[in-house]
Amino acid sequence: MKIDPRWAGFLVMVALGLLLMFGLPQVLDLFGLVQMTVFVAMAMFALSQGFLWGYGGIMSFGQAAFFGLGGYAYAIAVINLGDSTLPVVIAVAVPVVFAALLGYFMFYGRISDAYIGVITLTVSVILFELVNSTSGDAYHIGAAQLGGFNGIPGVPPLNMPGDSSSPLDPGQMWYAAVGSLIMVYIVLRAILASRFGRVVVAIRENETRAMLIGYDPRFYKLLTFMIAAGVAGLAGCLFTNWGGFISPTVFSLTMSAQVIIFVLVGGLGTLLGPMIGAVGIEYLITIAGSQHLVDANLGLGIVLVAFVLLVPQGVVPLIRDKVLPFAKLVPRQSKPIPTGAEVPR
Amino acid sequence: MTILAVSRLRSGYGRIPILAGVTLGVGEGEIVGILGHNGMGKTTLLRTLMGYLPATDGSVQFDGRDITRLSPTARARLGIGYVPQGREIFATLSVAENLRMGCLRQPDADQTIAAILQDFPRLTRLLDRMGGALSGGEQQLLALARCLCGAPRLILLDEPTEGIQPSIIEEIIETLLAVRRRRPVTIVLVEQNLNFIAALSNRILILQKGEVTREIPPEVARDRTMIDEFVGMA
Repeated sequence: MKIDPRWAGFLVMVALGLLLMFGLPQVLDLFGLVQMTVFVAMAMFALSQGFLWGYGGIMSFGQAAFFGLGGYAYAIAVINLGDSTLPVVIAVAVPVVFAALLGYFMFYGRISDAYIGVITLTVSVILFELVNSTSGDAYHIGAAQLGGFNGIPGVPPLNMPGDSSSPLDPGQMWYAAVGSLIMVYIVLRAILASRFGRVVVAIRENETRAMLIGYDPRFYKLLTFMIAAGVAGLAGCLFTNWGGFISPTVFSLTMSAQVIIFVLVGGLGTLLGPMIGAVGIEYLITIAGSQHLVDANLGLGIVLVAFVLLVPQGVVPLIRDKVLPFAKLVPRQSKPIPTGAEVPR
Repeated sequence: MTILAVSRLRSGYGRIPILAGVTLGVGEGEIVGILGHNGMGKTTLLRTLMGYLPATDGSVQFDGRDITRLSPTARARLGIGYVPQGREIFATLSVAENLRMGCLRQPDADQTIAAILQDFPRLTRLLDRMGGALSGGEQQLLALARCLCGAPRLILLDEPTEGIQPSIIEEIIETLLAVRRRRPVTIVLVEQNLNFIAALSNRILILQKGEVTREIPPEVARDRTMIDEFVGMA
């Protein structure tokens, strides 16, 4: 039986994910596993940006808004409800509904790509300022004090579905985080392989052309935006769970910029690339923060500039298009000749 | 029966008027050619008929329904196909994926594509190739095939021979004639290649300064002296 190379790659990725999920707890101590759990949350955040930008062609400079909304929605809901089962759903639903409202005005209002970037960035800054100014006892939702700049500490962790008396320990949290990441990856792959996914990619390629053959780009872009917001919300939920804490910094420009760098380094137009970019850069940040030879931010900046200059296409496309064909592991693909009709990605 | 009725249609780009009141009718199953100099409004006419450019005045009726204010998406869903100038295919999708994109309302895309490929044998062996890796002529055939996948009742075809080598032009003519024999499709064809437009059209309209000024039979398009007199473009 001959397997399509794309599906073979997908199966390999899922197998590798499962291997990491069950293998890492055997080789890492608890501290290492907890650190890897936050990398997984950031990988899911990067996946949302990679799906939106790389496949939908929508450049959001404020994806942190949905990440933060997911995190805050989880924290507020779980503090009020106790059991984490419904709060996880709320952490996905709140960003999706917010994205539906924002996206409706952006896409049906025919806002151009550049302004979509500006609007999403502005929304993220507004949320940062808004949550930042909620210090004091007056600012609470039910039992959850919003806490302004200090954020919400002591957020209860995930528990076994429907059983608030069985919270997950850090080891179990690892399985929940990686399991969620693998599930999201599979769902996004399935979406991209569906008719909907083909239309999304076609709209990225040439929006006018897709419109003239009967597809409504506004509708497809809105759905793509909502899906990416839901994934970012789930990532925010995992992030809040990791530290049991959330603060307005999740809405910061740093978060929005960081996720773009994850995608660029890992490779735009792939799902694997953003995840690898996120884990790699988060690891570098950790290493840089624990040494005293050079300023961590300076060192990281140099690494990022070097990446953009030397590997502009990102790590995964480099391996896929140059390394694997060179090693004759996969056949070279025919390259499209630019027609001048493509929408810039 | 008239499938397309255009009345005093005006349109343009910003404040620059291009169409100055076009009136024409196209019967079901007809191939109507539109001939004119560069800048006379041929492409603008097709873009306005498709709704890509808004009409500033006049009306467009398709199958008895006023579609003047409908979006391009809505017009495509009603059964109007548009193959624009410059053979705009999806360059990074394969030929097969390009064809699937055209099967908007088809319950069985594979069956639809198989039926369409009977008229496009050249594409059959290129199904896995990227759209952008095809030659210009092959891209034009792909654009036509993709349009047909949507089972349009009316096709707006804009200069399909532009930049195409002569051998493929003959193939496009044969393909379009075969398509017409198999399907009850109506075509409005904008073209500057006189042999091409004469070979396909039932009648030809001359467009000058944004208006239809004359209708000629296709034989006249083969007579360069006559065309020079009517259009000044032979």
